[in-house]
Amino acid sequence: MSKVHVTTSINGDPTEFLCEPDSTLLDVLRDELGLTGSKEGCGTGDCGACTVTINGRVVCSCLVLGAEAEGAEIGTIEGMAEGDKLHPLQQKFIEHAALQCGICTPGILVAAKSLLEHNPDPTEEEARYWLAGNLCRCTGYDKIIRAVLATAADMREAS
Amino acid sequence: MALDSKSEYDVRTFKVVGTRVQRPDGVDKVTGKARFGADITAPGMLTGLILRSPHAHARIRSIDTSAAEALPGVHAVVTSADFTPIDDDDFTDDILANCMARDKALYDGHAVAAVAASSGHIAKAALKLIKVDYEVLPHVTDVDKAIEPGAPVLHEGRSDETVPEGASPNIISRCEFGHGDVEAGLAKADRVVERSFKTEATHQGYIEPHACLAQMSTDGTADLWCCTQGHYMVRNTCAAIFRMEQGQLRVTASEIGGGFGGKTTVFLEPVALMLARKSGRPVKMVMSRSEVLRATGPTSSSSVDVRIGMTKDGKITGAFAELRYQGGAYPGSPVEMGAMSAFAAYDLEHVKTVGWDIVCNRPKQAAYRAPGAPMAAFAVESAIDELAKGFGLDPIEVRLKNAAREGTKSSYGVTYPAIGLEATLRTARDHPHWKAPLGPNQGRGVACGFWFNFGGDTCVSLNITPDGTVTVSEGNPDIGGSRASMSMMAAEELGIPYEKVRTIVADTGSLGQNEVTDGSRVTFAVGLATIKAARAAKAEMCKRAAMTWGIDPEAVEWRDGAAHATGHNAGEHPPMTLAEIAAIASNTGGPIAGHCEANPEGAGVSFATHMVDTEVDPDTGATKILRYTVFQDAGKAVHPDYVEGQFQGGATQGIGWALNEEYIYGEDGTLQNPGFLDYRVPVASDLPMIDTVILEIPNPGHPYGVRGVGETSIVPPLAAVANAVSEAADVRMTQIPMSPPRLLSAILAK
Amino acid sequence: MQYLAPQTLDDAVKALASQPDAKVLAGGTDLLVRMRSDMIHPDVVLDIKRIDETRRITQEDGGWRIGASVSAAEMGENAALVADWPGVVEAANLIGSTQIQGRCTIVGNLCNASPAADSVPAMVAANATVRVVGPEGTRDVPVQEIPVSPGKTSLKPGEFVASVFLPPRPERSGDAYLRFIPRTEMDIAVVSAGVALQLDEGGTCTAARVSLGAVAPTVLLVPEAADTLIGTKVDEPALEALAKAASAAAKPIADKRGTVEYRVHVAGVLARRAAVIARNRAGGAS
Repeated sequence: MSKVHVTTSINGDPTEFLCEPDSTLLDVLRDELGLTGSKEGCGTGDCGACTVTINGRVVCSCLVLGAEAEGAEIGTIEGMAEGDKLHPLQQKFIEHAALQCGICTPGILVAAKSLLEHNPDPTEEEARYWLAGNLCRCTGYDKIIRAVLATAADMREAS
Repeated sequence: MALDSKSEYDVRTFKVVGTRVQRPDGVDKVTGKARFGADITAPGMLTGLILRSPHAHARIRSIDTSAAEALPGVHAVVTSADFTPIDDDDFTDDILANCMARDKALYDGHAVAAVAASSGHIAKAALKLIKVDYEVLPHVTDVDKAIEPGAPVLHEGRSDETVPEGASPNIISRCEFGHGDVEAGLAKADRVVERSFKTEATHQGYIEPHACLAQMSTDGTADLWCCTQGHYMVRNTCAAIFRMEQGQLRVTASEIGGGFGGKTTVFLEPVALMLARKSGRPVKMVMSRSEVLRATGPTSSSSVDVRIGMTKDGKITGAFAELRYQGGAYPGSPVEMGAMSAFAAYDLEHVKTVGWDIVCNRPKQAAYRAPGAPMAAFAVESAIDELAKGFGLDPIEVRLKNAAREGTKSSYGVTYPAIGLEATLRTARDHPHWKAPLGPNQGRGVACGFWFNFGGDTCVSLNITPDGTVTVSEGNPDIGGSRASMSMMAAEELGIPYEKVRTIVADTGSLGQNEVTDGSRVTFAVGLATIKAARAAKAEMCKRAAMTWGIDPEAVEWRDGAAHATGHNAGEHPPMTLAEIAAIASNTGGPIAGHCEANPEGAGVSFATHMVDTEVDPDTGATKILRYTVFQDAGKAVHPDYVEGQFQGGATQGIGWALNEEYIYGEDGTLQNPGFLDYRVPVASDLPMIDTVILEIPNPGHPYGVRGVGETSIVPPLAAVANAVSEAADVRMTQIPMSPPRLLSAILAK
Repeated sequence: MQYLAPQTLDDAVKALASQPDAKVLAGGTDLLVRMRSDMIHPDVVLDIKRIDETRRITQEDGGWRIGASVSAAEMGENAALVADWPGVVEAANLIGSTQIQGRCTIVGNLCNASPAADSVPAMVAANATVRVVGPEGTRDVPVQEIPVSPGKTSLKPGEFVASVFLPPRPERSGDAYLRFIPRTEMDIAVVSAGVALQLDEGGTCTAARVSLGAVAPTVLLVPEAADTLIGTKVDEPALEALAKAASAAAKPIADKRGTVEYRVHVAGVLARRAAVIARNRAGGAS
């Protein structure tokens, strides 16, 4: 099995890597590129812990081949803050205690950011359905949904 | 149980405790920097994988590993032949046998061999080259069928002396609790409800699969990094398995991605250590989700019969429950805790419970949040609901009429000190939720829950740094904000800002023995030890100030983060702050620290009342949770956000258990749903907001009145949801989960 | 394994024809799950997303052609498509999560040949066809002829589906798809029903197609259920008859997701509910 050479962009950084043709993007991010913020909770697209964006659209990186990243723009949790400055969602998650163990948090943040880009004023129901693919076993989602809605309100006010 | 131990509690006003500060690990966790079990690597590490039994019950005639060993890139292959059984410790020996099957594979997914290879691809290929010769045996996965005559037998000779002669060899033990004369009590009732209830096994469902990295040197020392609820437990268990001195094995806990009891034992760690020993290389192992579901601890499935008698004015006259729990393939179901907790919420004259620990061909159960209690509460709280509604009585008033209170002799023997059950019930009764109108096909349910809580071995070391900040080292993995709570209690006690304290989870080389993060013990026990460590440091700082001032240490007291000279003859001295004392510590006797090693008793039992509204679609059997409110006694909520989070998380897990989560076994005894697609934990769109009401009835056993809060919240939901669904659908549901096919079938059979 | 990403349909056909054990990759949300769970080990994965024709949603002869690589989310973002075939688009956007919908395709959903596929009953009700390309040329095939049994399609070696065609939406018509799942999201359909119907000016149903999912080895087109609607105002007696006919047509198995009795009963419930939505969309009595 010969490796595939891939040229891509990750969080704005031009990136090249070699991967096995059957390696997933998640494997590449975690094992080849050291970007372990994306987590593997199931490997079947059912938990959302590996959520990243490809060309602006949220996907489960466990269900994308590394080879498919050729020419794409990939966004991961590691690219969400700008330097020291946390994204408003990240800040609000801390303030609202929207995480307990924190394993689902990177995936939820990436998905929530995408929600607010698509819909700056989501209802509670819209937020819950958008995030239905991101399992959290600790919180019962209450504080997560509150944090997302509070961030949306803040960001609308700021813009 | 020393619930009457002397009071540790002092009434006080708090400055830090009770506020909603930001957690110290928050930034790392929202930026992806936090390192969980699978995020750890080592130079030259190999990938370890496990081969698992495809059969529910099979004799292993032989295992041929030669082809796997010959595959280039494979550095070690391990089977049970590499481990020596532990003859004098059944508990640990069962854990070892569960990590690697011996003469028999006892469930679908039981580990039978493992490999370590230079890549995951090679390790996977190597697994396929291992030839296991199985003799498939008959199997049994249902708790009631497992004790029928002629049922397949898992182990011979494991039943203990409590099991009656002639009983099924799959019964491991029997236990009994209670007092009074149940039959006499039931005879006084106006009505006796007699019902049988069943619950399916559910998994803790943590999102982070088990993972570890092991390294073993030729000099006999070893290191392990793993996600666990108790790295000291991992050390002690692995040391026993490897006949190592405990001090030679250092275990470091990674961040942990959920546990809920499921990470209070070992699955991979001994195997990874053995692969590391045989290969001479670091070995990393990470489970897949399907391995997690097939081979790590779900909780027990249960079958419970109850008989409860009540007078028409709502007084319970007698109560009996017989509980059968299967603990998977090895002894140790939580039936004893089920039997102890079943009626713990009530003040009863005549009460008895009998529990049976049963084995069958399922994975060895592991603790799951208040292990054993939710199933017992489901049965008892459902029967009480049926009695109350049958007499046209208010279910909350009926519970209040029978509620345990200070001085009640509980059904499991102890006499309660101050407890909060009545407070939760009164608050629930007076809450707007209780009176809110319901629409068609909607129903409201309430239920109470109890949990013991626990103390356990605990070490805390608190150090004052030269610049006047404080570090706290504790030995319990932070599973949901406990580092924040410890920092808060240290700051409170020292009178300094929260931001000046940083708490870390220390490895096993840095502290003495620490009990696992379980029993809702950490905020209570580690908190108590943190407070006492801070008090020791304060005493030392007062001594240093006295030395500086040349006065008697008794004339110095600690107030608002500083030493004050207060004695009659102390003289006038400006207070010395913690930072000022720290700055000159080197000249007053050296570094300053406080530590506490304790096994605190008086954890303080905890009670909750849950209230839930459901709507049932009578055409499909689907249940929607419309509204949910948790009323629970926290003793003292150190960080209210994280107390609420525990209430909400426990309630949600209970909702999942009540409605859609279950282990589904096929005719062949294999697990049919080993993935998050068909093992259905609640998703965000399944739920409303979970409202919480925190009550604070101080626990006399803790300096700040803290009680554990983590587990109680999963005890009432099964019954609360069942009571609500039974009302909405107008049919009593006695089996969990109330999945749509099961509920629709009950509705159509009305 | 080899990863290939041809840029033209011709190259894809050639590659597929020369590799008997090749699998076509579009959204990957089924293929990668099967690869990772060791169910399949293809020698070649043929990624068709770099072929322009598969990327487009285009209007064609009054209807819609949807390329094989178009994701469900992209369908949902096309307002004109949603206006014409809301049932089909909604069905596609019931598959998995937001993350899955960003990748999954209705062609993949179809060629995975699961009887529980969400978009297939909706496409069958809509009378959709697919364009199959292969070494012997191109052919158009009704959607319901693609799956032949769970996991098996009627595609010949070297063939793959390049696009779906949704016919022009008739005047006063509507479509709807409903499924039952235990949770609110993230599950595979336990039972599902698609309905497309057309009304005359008086609100009488003149044509209808009713389909059922997860109640047989393949998605069923149920003409006898459609017949209960035609000539009626899709009123209570007609809906009652529809439910009965749908339940009668359901021939499910019992498995981890549901019992036979459950699926039979709920097939009728969902057909009825979907017909009401379709009728309302067609402008009929509400």
